[in-house]
Amino acid sequence: MGAHNHSHTYNFSEQFAFGGKLKMFSLIAVLVGIAAVAYGFLTGHAERTFLNLLLMSYYFTCVCAAGLFFMSIQFVAQAGWSAGLLRVPQAFARILPYASLILIVVVAAGLFSHNLYHHWAGHGLTDPKSEHFDPVIAGKSAYLNIPFFLSRLIIFLGSYSIFAVLMTKLSVNEDLVGGLKSHNKSIKYAAIFLVIFGFTAPIWSFDTIMSLEAHWFSTMFGWYNFAAMWIVGLAAITLTVISLKKAGYLPWINQNHIHDLGKFVFAFSIFWTYIWFAQFLLIYYANIPEETVYFYKRWEGNYWNLFLLNLVINFLSPVLILMTRDNKRKLNVMMFVCILILCGHWLDYYMMIMPGTLAAEAGFNFIEVGVALGFVGLFIFLMLSGLSKYSLAPKNHPFLDESVHHQI
Amino acid sequence: MSKIKYILGLFDDPDDMMHGIDKLKQNNFSVYDVYTPMPIHGIEDKLGVKRSRLPIVAFCCGITGTCTALLLMWYTLSYDWPMNIGGKPNFALPDFIPITFELTVLFCAFGMVGAFFFKNHFFPGRAPRVMELRATTDKFVIAIDAKLNTNHSQIDELLKEAGATEIKHNDRKYVSYE
Repeated sequence: MGAHNHSHTYNFSEQFAFGGKLKMFSLIAVLVGIAAVAYGFLTGHAERTFLNLLLMSYYFTCVCAAGLFFMSIQFVAQAGWSAGLLRVPQAFARILPYASLILIVVVAAGLFSHNLYHHWAGHGLTDPKSEHFDPVIAGKSAYLNIPFFLSRLIIFLGSYSIFAVLMTKLSVNEDLVGGLKSHNKSIKYAAIFLVIFGFTAPIWSFDTIMSLEAHWFSTMFGWYNFAAMWIVGLAAITLTVISLKKAGYLPWINQNHIHDLGKFVFAFSIFWTYIWFAQFLLIYYANIPEETVYFYKRWEGNYWNLFLLNLVINFLSPVLILMTRDNKRKLNVMMFVCILILCGHWLDYYMMIMPGTLAAEAGFNFIEVGVALGFVGLFIFLMLSGLSKYSLAPKNHPFLDESVHHQI
Repeated sequence: MSKIKYILGLFDDPDDMMHGIDKLKQNNFSVYDVYTPMPIHGIEDKLGVKRSRLPIVAFCCGITGTCTALLLMWYTLSYDWPMNIGGKPNFALPDFIPITFELTVLFCAFGMVGAFFFKNHFFPGRAPRVMELRATTDKFVIAIDAKLNTNHSQIDELLKEAGATEIKHNDRKYVSYE
């Protein structure tokens, strides 16, 4: 429209330069992570270290999968506004294979060393003659057995990774060749991925997280984890976009794009709460012992404070801070809320994993902080290395011009 | 003193119309309002239209709904006639959340619709007030208050220069549907 002629043209081929202090800090963080893992094992906290590794590798994989999910949704919806920032979720998706591999290794190592999933994978649990026989676990053994469990995880994460690689390749191909062929193919792959992901993502979370407490189950748990995955993905995407913008990159991204991302973060914080509460309320209202045991564990002792803190950080803060239009358009406010949500959902994952496994033995010290830092460093290192290899905008994306002129 | 109240410039093209607004502003004429058959991005900023205060109404109505719901349930289930439901405390907050949520949304939605209708004079039996009927089909219309901006010939010229296909000098503010 004539109202706002962008007379200046952007250099869409600009690439992110990854180096200097940021690279060094991310590698230092990885070293801190390795030190924390070593510290954990050497001080005899093998289970706790494994649970932290599981937490962070699951978190890491979720963020990367959310990047692929974001990208797929934009393709399927044929959204124009996001074309200019699509390389950021794409950089997340690009490292999904690494994240998946780490998660599979952690899960398998934890499983075979009996540090994880011993609740259902322990010796003699399914053997009627054994003194450890557990009829509930035995009844679930057709589903919860080691070969089926691992093959599910490998097939699911493998198929997500294949789509991540395929869609990244198509986008790179589009940069080189142009035309609509890659775009149309991406839409097709995105649609297939979304269907596969929609059906398998809940099972993925049932396996990885819910089976830590194999007696308890909730059909809402899959959606609860999906909601958590999506909000952490959105917060990470927004944080990366804003950080890049502050470093002088992505000049074509303006307040309107940040506003839209802000709406996403605002809405899906509420969505996460909605799903969290839907799971909680049914259990609270029905008051059946085998169901309430899950929340009973999370209301005991110090966990009660964390239980409330979880809601304050992940629901109240984003809702109250991001309610007004102006705040969603302020880079610093958005940055603060995104960091808050990313920390808050670490707590959310912590509350999913620790009370049911370590219970009163869980804590918060160098192991937790170190492992978390290590994975953040690894994520930053891998993601930015991938991002720096290609131009910061998909320069032949058919909707790029629409994205540049996005206004709300 | 002429009897002309409003000068309307009719455009076929939105870009020409936006250009016309610029020209009028450059020559210190004030634009009364603009009527277009579709939303045009950036026009609010250009005309200096203030942001709607409807979100504030929404927030106030929503909070009223939240308080009403909680107060009602506290009074009926906990204060006036304490009820034991499933062995829960009388004031079992989690149980009350769905209804609180529903009333918040209900009050918020009704309040917003009511405020919107009130502010825009939408009442049953009220004839719609339109300055130029074709602005609802295919014309982009700039309206200029002829009493405030007295140099009518210059306005005409500016509008024509910007590409107005028709210029009207109206004695009445609104045309009716009759």
